[in-house]
Amino acid sequence: MTDHALASATPPPGPDMAMEEYRAPRNQWWDVWDQFKTHKGALFGLGFFIFALLFVYAGPLIWTIDAGYIDIRARNASPSWIHPMGTDQLGRDTMARMMAGGQTSIAVGLTAMLLSLVVGTLIGVVAGYFRRMDGPLMRLTDLFLALPLLPLLLVIIMLFRDQLRGAFGPEGGIFILIVFVIGITSWMQTARVVRGDVLALKEREFVLAAKSIGTPSRRMITRHILPNVMSPIMVSATLGIANAIITESALSFLGLGFPSDFPTWGRLLFDATDWLQSHPERVVWPGLAISLTVLSVNYIGDGLRDALDPRIRGR
Amino acid sequence: MLTYTIRRLVLAIPTLLFISFIIFLIVKLSPSDPTAGLPLTIPPEVREQIRESLGVNQPVLVQYFRWLQLMMWNEPLHLLEGWTGWEIAPDGPRVISYQTRSPVMDLIMQRMPQTLWVVGVSYIVGILIALPIGIISAYRQYSWFDQIGTFISMLGFSVPTFFTGVLFIVIFAVNLGWFPSVYDTTHVVTDWDSFIVQIKQIIMPVMVLGLFNASQISRFMRASMLDNLNQDYVRTARAKGLTERVVVLVHVLRNSMIPVVTVIALNVPAVFGGAIITEQVFKVNGIGQLLIIAIQGGDIPVVQTVSFIFAVLIVLFNLLADVLYGVLDPRIRYD
Repeated sequence: MTDHALASATPPPGPDMAMEEYRAPRNQWWDVWDQFKTHKGALFGLGFFIFALLFVYAGPLIWTIDAGYIDIRARNASPSWIHPMGTDQLGRDTMARMMAGGQTSIAVGLTAMLLSLVVGTLIGVVAGYFRRMDGPLMRLTDLFLALPLLPLLLVIIMLFRDQLRGAFGPEGGIFILIVFVIGITSWMQTARVVRGDVLALKEREFVLAAKSIGTPSRRMITRHILPNVMSPIMVSATLGIANAIITESALSFLGLGFPSDFPTWGRLLFDATDWLQSHPERVVWPGLAISLTVLSVNYIGDGLRDALDPRIRGR
Repeated sequence: MLTYTIRRLVLAIPTLLFISFIIFLIVKLSPSDPTAGLPLTIPPEVREQIRESLGVNQPVLVQYFRWLQLMMWNEPLHLLEGWTGWEIAPDGPRVISYQTRSPVMDLIMQRMPQTLWVVGVSYIVGILIALPIGIISAYRQYSWFDQIGTFISMLGFSVPTFFTGVLFIVIFAVNLGWFPSVYDTTHVVTDWDSFIVQIKQIIMPVMVLGLFNASQISRFMRASMLDNLNQDYVRTARAKGLTERVVVLVHVLRNSMIPVVTVIALNVPAVFGGAIITEQVFKVNGIGQLLIIAIQGGDIPVVQTVSFIFAVLIVLFNLLADVLYGVLDPRIRYD
């Protein structure tokens, strides 16, 4: 936007004008980044999220103790240089378990977010673009919004756990189940926001222009509609990660998530509540990890919302 | 307004039917067997008879309509009888829990007061904290109060209740020993001392849930106040020479409350859902704990009924929010 203003302010280039005077048009994502940088909380959140990703995915390369290694003589150790976060009742190193647990928790958050985003965007775009589908799809969205989600999640996991465990192995089965269940119950907000934006976009001139030259619906959506609804989708993506991580931890905390020997942050917190009196620090590590990750993701979302809003950007 | 309310009430019926069908179907499609928990020594033909008596072998639609008749007609009548003492309940079969062999509705009625007490008090506390914070944050936008308020409310809905609950227990019950970590529902308030005990044990669950609710509501309050503070009517009110207090607390606040009240109504079912976790943390034997126990024991009738009650709550409060919106804001009338 600023580039246009600059270009029109400068006098028309003469024939002898050097090529250096011409500034290549800037990608709009650089403007977004410039605005994002001014939001302190968002920058901090991004920094912490990257740190969390490094901790759980690159951490095991440096901290090579296996998360399942049982050293029974070192059980119930307090934090020390050998075990920076202490050990649990079987002598497993808590830091290694935090890394392994974080891998699962963040992986669940990201994949469930992707699933709910794909479903939400698909339904939102179809409902907004094709008038005939609008009524039925939005009624479906309303019905899903009226479902009691937490009880339903618990019931689905209770009922289908054993079947999927048999089909995909103990960890894979639960992973698929939890990601699927969280994804399928959290797409409604995205769908509503995207539909609203698509409805507004459909009335714009560039869509009319594209239609007048005979652009088919499929290319219309991929070339003209989708790039313009990217900002609400990105904001709901961040909220989706936070929501998925909290839901997964809550399920694990209620004892209906991953099995105990397969740690996630929620599961670690749940197991640690039995040792609240003697070893309160065991609750703090996973709890802090969940809270800070969710907080950082929420702040990123906050910053993105401001950065992607052209009315705020550049002020 | 009345026609709108009636229309919405009628529209709520298919929604509830659909949700009840989904709840019923999920449980029916699952591979679990209601006789799986019985001892293995029961001979197969007796087991088959038990299954027959539970009605498991009938077609799914027949089972659904039988269940629906129980859920929508028999059980509410029993509920009404329990409350009023009129003898109106039919003698027919009731929804029976697999675990306790008693009617599910009776179990729920035993559990409901504890949940309502904890959830209700925490929601009111949450609202009472949230409203002043939202108002001051908006009035002094970008001041240090606003910055801190924004940060705390961000913290409030980022930190899950199962962590704040456990953290409160570690700090206030284990280290300081101020409050008990378990909520004792058999405690009866008779005099001043027992009242103090009741206050002490309810403080932690209420603060955990209340902080979570307050963080959401205060955001809405702030945003809504900010929308209204720049309106023309505020300038007019100031130009008339009204005091700042009247302008903010009467003119702006009343208009800003409209969306906030609907959000408060919309959030009630979610608060009940969130209470499942808080009840688990503080060992409150409320309706959420009933659900968890039923899920762990494979007690399908209880699970279905509790989920259905949650669904009814959601539909009812959505309706209430829509109607409230119309009542509070004359610009939005749906006729």
